[in-house]
Amino acid sequence: MTSPLLQIESLQTSFATANGMVRAVDGISLAIQRGQTFALLGESGCGKSMTALSTMRLLPEPAGRITRGAIRLNGDDLLQLPEVAMRNVRGKRIAMIFQEPMTSLNPVLTIGLQIAESVGRQNTAQAVRTRVLELLDAVGIPDPAQRYHEYPHQLSGGMKQRVMIAIALAGEPDLLIADEPTTALDVTIQAQVLDLMRQLQKDTGMAILLITHDLGVVSEMADRVAVMYAGQIVEEADRSVFFANPQHPYAKKLFASLPDIKKRGQRLAVIPGNVPSLATEFSGCRFVDRCDDAINICHTQPPAWIAETSSGGVRCFKFDAAHQHQFATTEKEKTAPGHVAERLTKDNKALLAVQGLKVHFPIRKGLLQRAVNHVKAVDDISLSIPESHTLALVGESGCGKTTAGKSILQLVKPTAGKVQFADAELTALSSAQLRQHRSNIQIIFQDPFSSMNPRMMVTDIIEEGMITQGIGGDARMRAVRVDQLLEQVGLSADTKYRYPHEFSGGQRQRICIARALAVEPRLIICDEPTSALDVSVQAQILNLLKDLQDELGLAYLFITHDLSVVEYLAHEVAVMYLGRIVEQGSVQEVMENPLHPYTKALLAAVPVIEKSTGGVERSIVSVQGEMPSPINPPSGCHFHPRCEQVMPECKINYPAERISGKTHMTRCFLYKQ
Amino acid sequence: MSHAQEKNAVKRHPGLMVLIGVVFAAVAAMLAAPVKPVILWTDALIYLLITTLVLFFTYVRSKEHLRAPWRQVMQRPLAMVALIVLSVYVLVGVLDSIHFRKALPAPKTSVQNTLTETHYSVEVLSVLDVLFGPIREQVEKSYSAPLAVQLFTKDMVEQADGSTLRMYPRLEYGGRHLDDPASQHQTDIMQRIAHAAVQAIVLWLLILVLWVATLSWKYKTGFGLLLRQILAGKTLLPWRSVFITLGVFVFLAMLIVELGVAYHLLGTDKVGNDVLYLSIKSIRTGLVIGTLTTLIMLPFAVLLGIMAGHFRGWIDDAIQYIYTTLNSIPGVLLIAAAILSVDLYISNNQEFFETVVERADVRLLFLCIILGITSWTGLCRLLRGETLKLRELDYIQAATAFGASNTKIISRHILPNVMHIVLIAVVLDFSGLVLAEAVLSYVGVGVDPSMASWGNMINSARLEMAREPVVWWSLLAAFWFMFLLVLAANIFADAVRDAFDPRVGRGIA
Repeated sequence: MTSPLLQIESLQTSFATANGMVRAVDGISLAIQRGQTFALLGESGCGKSMTALSTMRLLPEPAGRITRGAIRLNGDDLLQLPEVAMRNVRGKRIAMIFQEPMTSLNPVLTIGLQIAESVGRQNTAQAVRTRVLELLDAVGIPDPAQRYHEYPHQLSGGMKQRVMIAIALAGEPDLLIADEPTTALDVTIQAQVLDLMRQLQKDTGMAILLITHDLGVVSEMADRVAVMYAGQIVEEADRSVFFANPQHPYAKKLFASLPDIKKRGQRLAVIPGNVPSLATEFSGCRFVDRCDDAINICHTQPPAWIAETSSGGVRCFKFDAAHQHQFATTEKEKTAPGHVAERLTKDNKALLAVQGLKVHFPIRKGLLQRAVNHVKAVDDISLSIPESHTLALVGESGCGKTTAGKSILQLVKPTAGKVQFADAELTALSSAQLRQHRSNIQIIFQDPFSSMNPRMMVTDIIEEGMITQGIGGDARMRAVRVDQLLEQVGLSADTKYRYPHEFSGGQRQRICIARALAVEPRLIICDEPTSALDVSVQAQILNLLKDLQDELGLAYLFITHDLSVVEYLAHEVAVMYLGRIVEQGSVQEVMENPLHPYTKALLAAVPVIEKSTGGVERSIVSVQGEMPSPINPPSGCHFHPRCEQVMPECKINYPAERISGKTHMTRCFLYKQ
Repeated sequence: MSHAQEKNAVKRHPGLMVLIGVVFAAVAAMLAAPVKPVILWTDALIYLLITTLVLFFTYVRSKEHLRAPWRQVMQRPLAMVALIVLSVYVLVGVLDSIHFRKALPAPKTSVQNTLTETHYSVEVLSVLDVLFGPIREQVEKSYSAPLAVQLFTKDMVEQADGSTLRMYPRLEYGGRHLDDPASQHQTDIMQRIAHAAVQAIVLWLLILVLWVATLSWKYKTGFGLLLRQILAGKTLLPWRSVFITLGVFVFLAMLIVELGVAYHLLGTDKVGNDVLYLSIKSIRTGLVIGTLTTLIMLPFAVLLGIMAGHFRGWIDDAIQYIYTTLNSIPGVLLIAAAILSVDLYISNNQEFFETVVERADVRLLFLCIILGITSWTGLCRLLRGETLKLRELDYIQAATAFGASNTKIISRHILPNVMHIVLIAVVLDFSGLVLAEAVLSYVGVGVDPSMASWGNMINSARLEMAREPVVWWSLLAAFWFMFLLVLAANIFADAVRDAFDPRVGRGIA
């Protein structure tokens, strides 16, 4: 084997914080070959990004310090280089792209200038310009000559990430570090960016260190995978080996906790608890508190790295010859209590019926603030949810799904349309009357950090709704109810005198659920409740939501962009594009037999976890371009500029609804009778 | 000291307790003595402000998340020193805000009718005036330099033999006890300073021992151990800085007692008033302007700012219109116009005011009001912006989804989350307002000329700057007193902002 491009040897990075030293990276060794894509996989707080920053020597000084180890790039130890020499390494030999393309670009400089900055000292201004245009072209930005003079705010998120890649490429680096490069992007855009990175790798032969939490992305991109947990690498293997047979209990659990259609009706396997704080002193295996297979030695002694084959290794006593026999020989199938019968009574009356709902935001201009145009955030959608059913509203960001949810709740006044809940027409109620009906519909938000008042205690937060709605009796009975609710969502009752900032993201989301349940709603609008959470925590919340539905007969309007969650949880699906529903039906109908080209594209864009070898060559680019602005939607079918099967008719008229099968509705000219 | 012990330490507010004690004692003394209490408008507002502060800190004590940032403020030595300096100023201000009129001795002529009502002097005094009795009453003829025994200017003096001589006359009070100033002056001053130092050290040690004893009793720590920790500066609260600052103030107080009575420590002004006394009297004026103005502007700024941000629509338009309009009128013009019309009103309605002090007080109050009206717009704009941001947050949406009323949302969800901005703005505004008073008085639209204020002192000292030799002490005294107050306020404001600003971190998320 040739010597690796980048070799990290027992790297240790520490942080001084108010709670003492935190070892963010604790003894990591890895090697990346030329032209290879190496994926570093792990949940948030595992030290992935710190590994990357240590490699670039970009740790926030003086709090962060590399205390041990060596980082060799082509044999040069980067840790020994003076800062001046390091500047030549950054950008020229190692480049980095970040998660948030919105904040990584300077908003007051044109993108041409920003790329030119990293092109460096070419001979003439003309040469620099030519090189910038080349780069823009290489990252697939159409019409580079014009884009050269544009500012970051004129570009969409996907385009900005392409510009970031162009900047990274400018120095022709040997190694590209990509820190969650697609996490902030929609699936279709993610697919485009990933494809671009693969293309560029093929053309330039650079190595990529890909940092991600998404197993799907790893499966699509990586040659080699390392799983990080609490500052250490717990498993390393070739992609095909890893996906065919993950070894470490943590890696296994990660796979098991992914929702998909096959696990429908079952409980997801969860990893109990959270990633431990790195400030703790570990005496045994770091995963021990969350591991089902743990034996005594796991608690007392840290497991050593066991090189399994020539290609990989694992950090677990299970694979240590000395201790192997102590583990139960047969693997217990720990999947949860079988199939929960799905409550699907066909003739259920609609609990919520939405008819022709429109939300238009006026764009005001001029002295008199006259409305010159409208943002049609939600443009004529109709849907209905029967009792104890889940309807998933799916779409990319900006398609109006959150606005739709809020306007059903009357948090945003609808411009037109009807929202019938049980027997009440919500749009026709006065605000005093509406208050009476508020307890029926509740909402859970995406961001568990901004959804609770930081100045209130948990008990006050949960009680608030009960007090406003006048339910739950007197103060003593309410206190009992709060305890009961906290236990129902899996928190202990004595957490109620604490403040929100003392909880982790998953726990906060549980409190939000308890708060919603406090007023005994019949419908809960879940606005991307799990997208800010780690995979293992997501499984906990999804299980909780499912249990509550079975127990209390709740109906959910589940707003999400994650199709695997939809497959797992929903009974019915509605796909939204630019304010309109383009396809709707039961989850089997839509997921197994998607009709609308947009739905097909969405499904194709989801990175697939291939358990077998060689799935990488699949082209994952499903659709070109990005969603247009809802201020100026394209004429005719909104999707026609991106559609591969576009017909002349699509550009003129918006297609009507067409029902096929029992309930399967599509709006597409392809299926005209 | 352990963390739990420190929590207890924060619970106590010795400063406030002392303040309240002093107020009550003063009121009781006044009721007993043959005096008639006078509550001026600004006095009433100061009492209101103090009550509000006490209530606020009682509330803060009960909430851990509110207490944490304050504890952080207290742990910074510099902030603690600033706090002590401010407390001394506040103490003087409060003492100067308890006013009364002395009873006049019953006139001898009406012997038959013993039941005649007591008449009260037209002179309104404060507790501070009583404490500074001798210094206040020792009025010279004109200018005299600090610690001088002679006037600053030559005058015709009638000699014992009847002839007149042009010379520097002896002061009436300053250095009166000296027989031969030329030989005794220096040594007397030195002696008195030494005296003051000895007294100060004794008093300071007494305070130190008592305080440490109380602390050690409270925390069940050994006296010696605690003392060593304090002297080494190893305690969580910066007790060492506290004691050093206290020592300095005790020494200054002793200096005033020893030197201030026998001499004019900071000289006298044109009409012979003691400059030290004037400077100290000016403290109340400065504090009133700095705090009452805020008290007057806060309801406008907070209520209108939050309403504009929360309700949007035409309410927002109206409020924005009001403050943009107000903001575009030059503040000085508005202040000058208001003060001049108040002046006119006062001179046309002399019968409403029994004393000169009451007249001056009304003018001060109106100055506060007009300054408040012209200065609320900045905070209002800040709060509107913050509310606009907050109202889109999920927890406010969730409250709306519960059917919570607008009042509930504003009082429970928005107000507590903008309080840090209010607090920062108030503390930062304070120093600006103290300086504004000086500038306005200098221009002539400030407080009443009869009222002691740093602005008036500077204004009257302005002409004397051109004299040869220059009369510098009036200006310099005003400058130092103002400088110390504003510096302390700024340092304290800095610490408060660091502790409360979420962007600086470490505060509550």
